Amino acid sequence: MSVRVQGLTKYYGDQAALDHISFQANKGEVLGFLGPNGAGKTTTMKILTCFLPQTEGTAEICGYDVMKDSMAIKRKIGYLPEGNPLYKDMYIKEYLHFVGNIYKVPSLNKRVDEMIEQTGLIPERHKLIGQLSKGYRQRVGLAQALIHDPEVLILDEPTSGLDPNQLVEIRQLVKDLGKEKTIILSTHIMQEVQAICDRVVIINKGKIVADDPIDVLREKVKGFKVLYLEFSARIDPKELKALANVKKVDVLSPTTFHVYSDSDKDVRPVISGFASEKGYTLLEMRTEMSSVEDVFQQLTKSN
Amino acid sequence: MWSIYRKEISYFFSSLIGYLVIGGFLMLLGLMLWVFPDNSILETKFANLDPLFNVAPLVLMFLIPAITMRSFAEENQTGTIELLVTKPVDDWQIILAKFLANQTLVIFAILPTLVYYVTVYLLGSPKGNLDSGAIAGSYIGLIFLGACFVSIGIFASSLTKNQIVAFIIATFLCFFFHWGFSYASRMDVFIGKLDDLIQSLGIDFHYGSISRGLVDSRDVVYFLSLTGFFMFLTLLMLERRKW
Repeated sequence: MSVRVQGLTKYYGDQAALDHISFQANKGEVLGFLGPNGAGKTTTMKILTCFLPQTEGTAEICGYDVMKDSMAIKRKIGYLPEGNPLYKDMYIKEYLHFVGNIYKVPSLNKRVDEMIEQTGLIPERHKLIGQLSKGYRQRVGLAQALIHDPEVLILDEPTSGLDPNQLVEIRQLVKDLGKEKTIILSTHIMQEVQAICDRVVIINKGKIVADDPIDVLREKVKGFKVLYLEFSARIDPKELKALANVKKVDVLSPTTFHVYSDSDKDVRPVISGFASEKGYTLLEMRTEMSSVEDVFQQLTKSN
Repeated sequence: MWSIYRKEISYFFSSLIGYLVIGGFLMLLGLMLWVFPDNSILETKFANLDPLFNVAPLVLMFLIPAITMRSFAEENQTGTIELLVTKPVDDWQIILAKFLANQTLVIFAILPTLVYYVTVYLLGSPKGNLDSGAIAGSYIGLIFLGACFVSIGIFASSLTKNQIVAFIIATFLCFFFHWGFSYASRMDVFIGKLDDLIQSLGIDFHYGSISRGLVDSRDVVYFLSLTGFFMFLTLLMLERRKW
């Protein structure tokens, strides 16, 4: 068990930022920490990295307690704080050497070159950090978190502010790293969780509302099926609603609809039959995946 | 700890700051010592470095806060402090590294003034007619005074995210600890009662006493405790996140 959190509580003054949360993360697992802004994700990470002390409860990393063995933990973890703070007036290599020196990384020159290659910084390697674009800065942030080959990686919103191409690259990098390390990453982007995480902990207002493997979570809200329909001409939604097994119709535009049905019923034959009978041209019909987004909204709204 | 020290030092000398501080310090003192007629050695014709040691605290009072103001304020501003304290270094090591780096720069600024000593030594009539003991004491005093100002500056910097605020607080505190106590001791209420005690709380008093060439352990203890006191306050500020 790489990370074990039990009954963790944090008060800022009277306000409870975390309310008795417990979860675990294992080696070789990417744990997604999902929640709306202000849910307590960052606070949890700050406690895990020994930056803030908790009010109550325990947190252990690789068997070390964050309160008692903070120095041992600091050596075991790599941390990318929220907003990726960096020394803008340092060169990339200079900065990585600086961080590597703090960790007393052996044969540091080689390691720095490795990190620059692994995080795709080669084209920019001679630049000042301040001159880099946001995507490259994020890579520098990752590189400094990885330089001492930590067992546990804690990444607070590692992909915020990246463009779509950079997103894909950074996600792939995190996913690859996750095969041999324990990674906890926080995000409020749902697709990200779907793309890289093995397990999701959803947190809302300081409480855990779900802690499941990603596919289990998706099953949880699979109570209904959604079909996306597009017709060539306007259709009265009442006609669709009247069909057998159709529970609900959402009008997206006069010609496009979301049709809801129970998950065990297939309404597609009924709809295509209906279209040919009435002479409507059905341009598109597809099943919408219920995404983590739906799960997330359902879980955080009801609480 | 030494990697942080090296980083700070290389910041000073890879940017203009180090050179500006050293250059500015030397230029001001050079003007005072040789050019401005009020206290120029060439005008007053006394073979000593008193003008230098009288003016140096005033110059350092502004220069040191200017170099220390960024030490924690910038880290607080950009959030890099979170990176630093989550690395496997103790908080006091971070503070000590920053203190030593700033102090190194101050010493680098003070050292070249030895050239002035050599000049006055050679200009003396007869040659070498100056109180080398007092001058050595003054240099030691100046370095101790610099250490106090550096620790005050670093403390002020740890209070805030804003470097200008850090600078102003540091300058004020430096002024207060340097002259404030000796001025206050001359207030009517204290005269004859607490004036000696209050005066002895000021840096000025101990700097003056060490400048006479007698390195008294009481003065050394004073400088070290004042420096240590502000380093301790800085540590408290750095750990306030844990309260």
